Amino acid sequence: MSYVLGWMTATTRPEHALQFLVVLIAAWVVLAPVGLLRPHSLHLVAHILFPLGAIVSAAVAMQAGIDLIAGPTPQTMILPLGLPDLPFHLRLDPLSAFFLLLLGAAGAGISIFSAGYFRVGEGSAPALHGLQYHVFLASMAVVILADDAYLFMVAWETMALSSYFLVTSQHRIPEIRRAGFLYLLMAHVGALCILLTFGVLQGGSWQFTFAAMRGASLTPFWATTAFTLALLGFGAKAGLVPLHVWLPEAHPAAPSPVSAMMSGLMLKTAIYGMLRTSFDLLHVQFWQWGAAMLALGLFSALFGAIFAAVQTDMKRLLAYSSIENIGLIFAAIGLSILFAASHMPLFAALALTAALLHALNHALFKSLLFLATGSVLHATQQRSLGKLGGLIRRMPWVAVLALVGTLAIAGLPPLNGFVSEWLLLQSFLFTPQLPHAFVNMLVPLGAAALALTVALAAYVMVKFYGIIFLGQPREANLSHAHDANKLERLGLGWLAAGCILLGVLPQLALRVAGPVTGQLLGKTVAPAVSLWRIAPVAPEQASYSGLIFLAGIVGVFGITFVLVRLIAHGRTRRTAPWDCGYPWQTARMQDTAEGFGQPIRHMFGAFFRMERDLPAPDDVAPRYRIHVEDRFWRTIYQPVARSVQRIADGISILQGGRLSVYLLYSFITLLVLLVFVL
Amino acid sequence: MRTISLLRQLSEVVLAIGIAPLFVGWIAQCRAWLQNRTAPPLLQPYRVLRKLFHKDAALATDASPLFRSTPYVLFGTMVLAAAIIPSIATDLPFARAADAIALIGLFATARVFLSLAAMDIGTAFGSMGARREMMIGFLAEPALLMVLFNAFLLFGSTALPSLVDGYATHHSVVDPSVIFAAIAFLMVLLAENARIPIDNPATHLELTMIHEAMLLEYSARHLALVEWASSLKLFNYACIGFALFLPWGIAIHGADGGAAMLIAVAALAGKLVLAGIGLALIESLSAKLRLFRAPEYLAIAFLLAVLGLLAHLLLGTSAHA
Repeated sequence: MSYVLGWMTATTRPEHALQFLVVLIAAWVVLAPVGLLRPHSLHLVAHILFPLGAIVSAAVAMQAGIDLIAGPTPQTMILPLGLPDLPFHLRLDPLSAFFLLLLGAAGAGISIFSAGYFRVGEGSAPALHGLQYHVFLASMAVVILADDAYLFMVAWETMALSSYFLVTSQHRIPEIRRAGFLYLLMAHVGALCILLTFGVLQGGSWQFTFAAMRGASLTPFWATTAFTLALLGFGAKAGLVPLHVWLPEAHPAAPSPVSAMMSGLMLKTAIYGMLRTSFDLLHVQFWQWGAAMLALGLFSALFGAIFAAVQTDMKRLLAYSSIENIGLIFAAIGLSILFAASHMPLFAALALTAALLHALNHALFKSLLFLATGSVLHATQQRSLGKLGGLIRRMPWVAVLALVGTLAIAGLPPLNGFVSEWLLLQSFLFTPQLPHAFVNMLVPLGAAALALTVALAAYVMVKFYGIIFLGQPREANLSHAHDANKLERLGLGWLAAGCILLGVLPQLALRVAGPVTGQLLGKTVAPAVSLWRIAPVAPEQASYSGLIFLAGIVGVFGITFVLVRLIAHGRTRRTAPWDCGYPWQTARMQDTAEGFGQPIRHMFGAFFRMERDLPAPDDVAPRYRIHVEDRFWRTIYQPVARSVQRIADGISILQGGRLSVYLLYSFITLLVLLVFVL
Repeated sequence: MRTISLLRQLSEVVLAIGIAPLFVGWIAQCRAWLQNRTAPPLLQPYRVLRKLFHKDAALATDASPLFRSTPYVLFGTMVLAAAIIPSIATDLPFARAADAIALIGLFATARVFLSLAAMDIGTAFGSMGARREMMIGFLAEPALLMVLFNAFLLFGSTALPSLVDGYATHHSVVDPSVIFAAIAFLMVLLAENARIPIDNPATHLELTMIHEAMLLEYSARHLALVEWASSLKLFNYACIGFALFLPWGIAIHGADGGAAMLIAVAALAGKLVLAGIGLALIESLSAKLRLFRAPEYLAIAFLLAVLGLLAHLLLGTSAHA
């Protein structure tokens, strides 16, 4: 393996890695408008542009991966673009290489799937999808490579706008327009905070390159201000509670590959921004920041998991699950800051590794699941869990590949989700050694919250998979469902293979995360004691081997199968289900999505605002309806919206629509100015 | 050296697979005695397995491959877990593949597969059982994890063999947190293995069953494997409990002699006999809880474990400090 790596390193010459990456990003930008030559030709977009985009993605991932393994030194580049005195700065260091690897690896799978997914007559023309999609990809890559605040913000806004157009591709539906508006609004509130963060970070030097920000020295007050603003800004993009409200609206509204891009990739750019700001640009860290971020992250995680459990729309369920996973990543980053500020760099590196790995894993399995919902949506025209069921028989390919994603996101060994959660739990184990009294006692409770979240995630995913793919079809038209086409299977398969690979050989992921923790914290967790297993701190303390897990289960499976065949005769008879001898079983008697969420509603009632319509005892056609709502809507968002509306109404009195009045305003302004000057 | 430890590993796994049904039979026997019933023969679980293996499997018409392969997956995970848990010796090559947290993950894998299989046929009972099983699971997991946190604070490791070695080298450790953790662990053990007060292994009353509801559609060899896996799960949990709280007699690192192994097997047998009596006693003395009391029960287990943790942190005694 090292021979192959050496050969690849020699051919791609790491000293030109940044140039090569810029060329690749330019390739995306060039691919984007080509489709407009023949806007309604599905063939051009689906069979040429998207596959080419996928190849570019894979090349980006490969280049970034080689750069990480070859032991990168930061490379910088100044592009002769931009405003006269503000050229664009680019920089490739381990942190950006890691996120480019993530972007490329998951993006390749999504692009291949998209090649098979987009059809004529669904929302915008295929060519427009191709344009916005590739601009979206390129802008995310530029966000990751940007080395000055100016280019960062330009790319950040391009990312927000291109994704807005993708979300609203079916803009004729009012709900989708509304979801798009909410998304755009939250994106801009967040962007404003990020802009202010950079304003604080430049520290009076008025230099907006990241290099200048690294050199600026801020007082603790301004540093904390910058951190808080960054947490708000990037938190709004990532979907941290209470800034999460756009996520469950925008994700279901978008076409599935776009949901996959937003959830799998775009949320990670916010994670990247948070890491860049708090570990690289800010030169100090306070443990209080870490504690606040940890608390916020854990609350988001628990909140997301609880809400995911009561959803009845499959894409909303996944959106809430994204909030949960983002919460876990933020909790890990917070823990890392807590350790780093307490001068325990090794444990900080462990927590940061958990955050990075979970970001990578989430990009893979959440994209996979969103894409799978896309296939289900095409096959059945249904998003509501209450009208699905039994698709494992009609869509075996999608069902098997989605099962991989389901088990991975539920955090089960030997798949990848388990590895990052294991690392996070391991880093929680060291919190009693923190030098702050009370904090070191409260943080173990955080581990309990984490454990509850992870276990709830498994509950959610059993609900998701069981109701969509298992059981009896709940509607008659489901018997016509067809499996995904070849390109879609290839895209799903690529992501599923990634989940299995990183779960079975987590050493690979630790290897690419190592340089990042080395850059940010000066420490790296021990990548592997042997080829077989990982032991991040010390082998006698804890070690894990995905490979032996897989080999063990598969081996025992095989041996048992053969032995059972030898002992038992293996005859099988197909009959009607037994079901305690009850012969009038129908598909309506299975648990619905509401039914599966009932224990959660019962236990965590305080989290929800519920409206129930119960049938009266003498109803002829009884109907039971339950509506579950986020409390944040009524407690935060609606009051804010109302007061904005009221202020706007107050101001609009000035705007009477009569020219003479406007002239009077100008005259009064002039007078006031004259008085002021004289 | 290497072959010896591999042999030891293999013998431990075979022993676990072999005596797990016996342990279940022993509990049933004790229960019958305590409840003034005539006990079934001790070897009854083996007879049931034998009978099931020789029957024709009746499979629901549209059972998917997931349903058919789940019994093998369950059995595989439980055997792997048995290979990781130091029941008679701590020098196990396989045990390095996973610490106790990974072990919890392994049990979770088994639980998720069984729940998915239960939903596969699409009967009302199957999905009800799956929902309840997952509910108990997500409540029990945090409590179990807190128990492991306790152990980690004492000996600085989450690997079970290291914990057992730690106990052996620190004879003097008597920490109040251990008592809290032990009670919490016992409560989790009862809940996770479908015992009274959460579930009743002997019931087939539709509205109360959890574990049995998921197995309704299995028959013959599939049912045999699932039942065997369930008894292995109980055996594994008991062995985790022994490793955490009663590690005496387990052949520790360096004790390679045949004598040490014999002592270890004898100690294990003795502990299992006592554990069986204890479990039967608990099951005879307590009533089954209503399903919606289960969260309270598991919350108590969780709080006990957290109390142990806090007691440890407040008292500040630590073996390696």
